[in-house]
Amino acid sequence: MSGHDHDHHHHDHDHSELSETELRVRALESILTEKGYVDPASLDLLIDLYEKKIGPRNGIRVVAKAWTDPDYRARLLKDATAAIAELDYSGRQGEHMVVVENTPGQHNMVVCTLCSCYPHPVLGLPPVWYKSAPYRSRAVSDPRGVLKDFGVTLPDATKIRVWDSTAEIRYLVLPMRPEGTEGWSEEKLAALVTRDSMIGTGLPKQPGEVS
Amino acid sequence: MDGAHDMGGVKGFGPVVPEPDEPVFHAEWERRAFALTLAMARPGGWNIDMTRFARENRPPQDYLSKTYYELWLAGLETLMIERGLVTHEEIEAGRVLAPPKPGVKPVAPQEVTPAIRRGGPTERTPSAPALFNVGDVVRMKDIHPVTHTRLPHYVRGRLGTIESNHGCHVFPDVNSLGRGEDPHWLYTVRFDGRELWGKEGDPTLSVSVDAWEPYLERA
Repeated sequence: MSGHDHDHHHHDHDHSELSETELRVRALESILTEKGYVDPASLDLLIDLYEKKIGPRNGIRVVAKAWTDPDYRARLLKDATAAIAELDYSGRQGEHMVVVENTPGQHNMVVCTLCSCYPHPVLGLPPVWYKSAPYRSRAVSDPRGVLKDFGVTLPDATKIRVWDSTAEIRYLVLPMRPEGTEGWSEEKLAALVTRDSMIGTGLPKQPGEVS
Repeated sequence: MDGAHDMGGVKGFGPVVPEPDEPVFHAEWERRAFALTLAMARPGGWNIDMTRFARENRPPQDYLSKTYYELWLAGLETLMIERGLVTHEEIEAGRVLAPPKPGVKPVAPQEVTPAIRRGGPTERTPSAPALFNVGDVVRMKDIHPVTHTRLPHYVRGRLGTIESNHGCHVFPDVNSLGRGEDPHWLYTVRFDGRELWGKEGDPTLSVSVDAWEPYLERA
């Protein structure tokens, strides 16, 4: 699979003009609407849900709570679907959740080599790189090389565990709470959690990186 | 099927290029193609495994040259044409040329949020005890179906260890064919990196897949 429009020659045109694909999708939507198969208001709602309500901020809340509440962390590692539902996140592409915890000895990374499986209720829709051929091909064979692409280097001795999401189980990485954050509130800790740290291609920010 | 979508371990695709501050969608048509795909699933009557097969079942050069949502669009068109919801001619002409298929009801706006919140859980009640236990060493079958499967090529024939049992889940290989859900036990199977990639493989690496019981045999 190639990347998105901007790095793809046959789409490399002025965005004020409509592409062949744009016209094809518009025409398809009007055909399906005219035939009575879709309600355009439902399409608007779906887009609004995935652009505004479902996103990494949900996962960030889960991680920050797990960092401050040992009982919640224990429930999250035991039954992630139920623990995540406590924060009111559930449903499509997050029906069967597993949370995997990074430790000083093991780093976890999540991929879907066959398509683009990703835990939508906690992370939203996947970024282009997650769905791209470079990531899907190399995450399972050369995860340290992939981490380098993200500017991350792990100690040589750290074990790396890659989770290929081949079924309907969806994985969320629980990153390690950065040192120097003793006594921080859940809200303050949330500022350290990044989307990539919950996929395993990044690490949380350090306390000095946020004010 | 052994296709271009089965990418684990394939060489030559180059570096991963993250995009800073990436938007959820990169063009208006991506928003609409995404929403149309979600909104057509119930009226169209297909399941997630049929959707995945519709996207991957194409020539490798076609799969690899399409962007992500171009693949979604192509998959949606295929599924609708197969079921007589629209014709190829209508898609090419960009307008209605044939009457609608009777009895197809759209997803109403008030149904959207509840449907997304509900999702589509795939766990089912087991009809037989699990054949494997956590800790068992298993060999992944070396199978090459021409239809949909979720057994990636890079683990076929390899030895792994059962790490967990997730219960009985809808089996994509059968569900994608419209022959029922045929639930089977689903396990997480862990492999040593060198079992998959040879002696030169990263010694600190282990990889797991989630595999249904029919993919496994006793080692």
